[in-house]
Amino acid sequence: MTRTATRLSLVILVVAGGLQACRKKPEPAPEPVAAAPVSDGGAAQRRADSLAALAAQRRADSLAAARSAATANEEGAQAALRRVLAQVVYFDFDKDNLRDDARAVLDAKASVLAANAGITVVVTGHTDEQGTSEYNLALGQRRAAQVKRYLESKGIAENRMTTQSMGDSQPAAQGSDEASYQLNRRAEFETRNASGALMRPRS
Amino acid sequence: MTIRRLLGALLLLSAPLAAQDTTRGVRIGLTYDPGSKPGVVVLPGRGTGADSIRAIIQRDLDFGDRVTAIVLDAQALGEASSAAAPNWAVLTKLGAAAAVQVTPTAAGLHLAVYDVVKQTTALIRDYPAPQMSDMRNWRAAVHGLSDDLEQSLTGTRGIAHTRVSFERGGRLWVVDSDGEQATPVTEPGSFQSSAWSPSGTTIAYNTITPPAKIMLLDLSAGRSRTLVTGGGVFISPTFTPDGASVVYSHGIEDGTDLYIADVSGGGGRKLSVGRGSDNIQPSFSPDGRRIAFMSARAGHPEIYTIDADGTNAEMLTALEISSGAYRSSPDWSPDARSVAFQARLAGTFQLMTINLRDRGMKQLTSDGQNTDPSWAPDGRHIVFVSNRSGARVLWVLDAETGRTRQLTRGDNARNPAWSPRLPSN
Repeated sequence: MTRTATRLSLVILVVAGGLQACRKKPEPAPEPVAAAPVSDGGAAQRRADSLAALAAQRRADSLAAARSAATANEEGAQAALRRVLAQVVYFDFDKDNLRDDARAVLDAKASVLAANAGITVVVTGHTDEQGTSEYNLALGQRRAAQVKRYLESKGIAENRMTTQSMGDSQPAAQGSDEASYQLNRRAEFETRNASGALMRPRS
Repeated sequence: MTIRRLLGALLLLSAPLAAQDTTRGVRIGLTYDPGSKPGVVVLPGRGTGADSIRAIIQRDLDFGDRVTAIVLDAQALGEASSAAAPNWAVLTKLGAAAAVQVTPTAAGLHLAVYDVVKQTTALIRDYPAPQMSDMRNWRAAVHGLSDDLEQSLTGTRGIAHTRVSFERGGRLWVVDSDGEQATPVTEPGSFQSSAWSPSGTTIAYNTITPPAKIMLLDLSAGRSRTLVTGGGVFISPTFTPDGASVVYSHGIEDGTDLYIADVSGGGGRKLSVGRGSDNIQPSFSPDGRRIAFMSARAGHPEIYTIDADGTNAEMLTALEISSGAYRSSPDWSPDARSVAFQARLAGTFQLMTINLRDRGMKQLTSDGQNTDPSWAPDGRHIVFVSNRSGARVLWVLDAETGRTRQLTRGDNARNPAWSPRLPSN
């Protein structure tokens, strides 16, 4: 950050010098009058003061910009962590076993949960509309339980997770086609005690 | 042959019943013969509401599928009953075995049944009924008369005075057997499926939103109470045939099993041992000794039976190995002969029955997707969900003839349960 500020100051000085040179060109030659001579040293001082103020302002602006960039980076990182916590996992028809894509999502989730021990999670199992709604309610519960067991195997304490099922009553997609069905066969995650800043997982 | 037997019976019993007879359910008819449906004309009555009564009864007889309700235009009706007595000649020409006339009275409904061949009055009976303004109960009284009439004509009581409960939009709805009076009976929520008590006065149902529950709705009081609740899911309640207990499915994180709870309270007791699989949708045999249910213990949904105490589990449907095999929603027929269920065939669900004597299976539907069968108390009709007309609505199937009719309007009806024959008001 210091290096950046120094570089900016140099740029400002160079620009300021250029400005000074530009101003000198159109300036008419001093008239040979006998009046009290105007001190060249006073004008130079004013210019120097002005340039110093400008440089200070630029420095302050640049520091603020740097701080803002850092904040944005942090906010981005926090958003990314929250996305990991909220990321949905998907299932095959009439199955509760975890596919490779679901395991990858849950591995990332387990890392964030491990770094943030205060967070608790509600896992909700959902199904598509195929089959009977009663069986789908049971199937959704099994999917949620399967997710919980996997996260437990990754070191997340059992008492940090609760499971529930909404069966086929809350579809994510409304269509009656395989693309919609795939989006609806899922487990969703609701986190609690996660309002503060999240710690990044150890790499 | 059938008509002759009917008329003989009508004639034999017409004399003692000619006076006002308040005895309900007296059998004066014949044993139903699926190959023949005697023709019946419902004559116009006189008085306020007579036309509505005639329309309701005519439709009830038609929906019962045991007699042919001969529908006449206004001119023919006028000819058939132009005089004080029925016009026997016209009725005979129309092929009617019997004619019926219902007249509203100050106290209720006055029924007259005529034997067309013998040209005599076969039955006179009076029924109490509320004022027409009390539409729901008034219609119930008319349906009750239709059921009595069908018993008199065929020997088998009708199912007009029954209702069907179902789920729509997270609410429990109830509709009359003829599709009228569709009414929500719970507030919006997360209701899923329901079952009627044997007396027809209470409906058990389950809710989804945690904490999930099995609830009991007292229909006359309009109030629900919690039977059991807790963590996990509570699914698919059904009453024991004596009405004293409810069997349902419950599970938290290790599959679901069947439980039984006394309606007076005290919590549930585990019946089935699913070892981590799902075991849901119990349906009792009429004698209460066995329970049909769906289990995924073999890896996918199949139909099983189990003794009422939870022992002797047995797969009822032969195990299907094919990918996507899925049989569920068993409902034991009231005549105890078969179990209706839904099966996934070539990617869509269809209704089937399995004969309990020889395990023979019969496919009942093929048009669209057809699910969630529930038998009517006559053991002949089945209410189910179908998208054959586009929207997902309730339909009624006559399992003997294959005849179908749409029961509800509006989309997204699910999980129908046909009531027992209901008590008169």
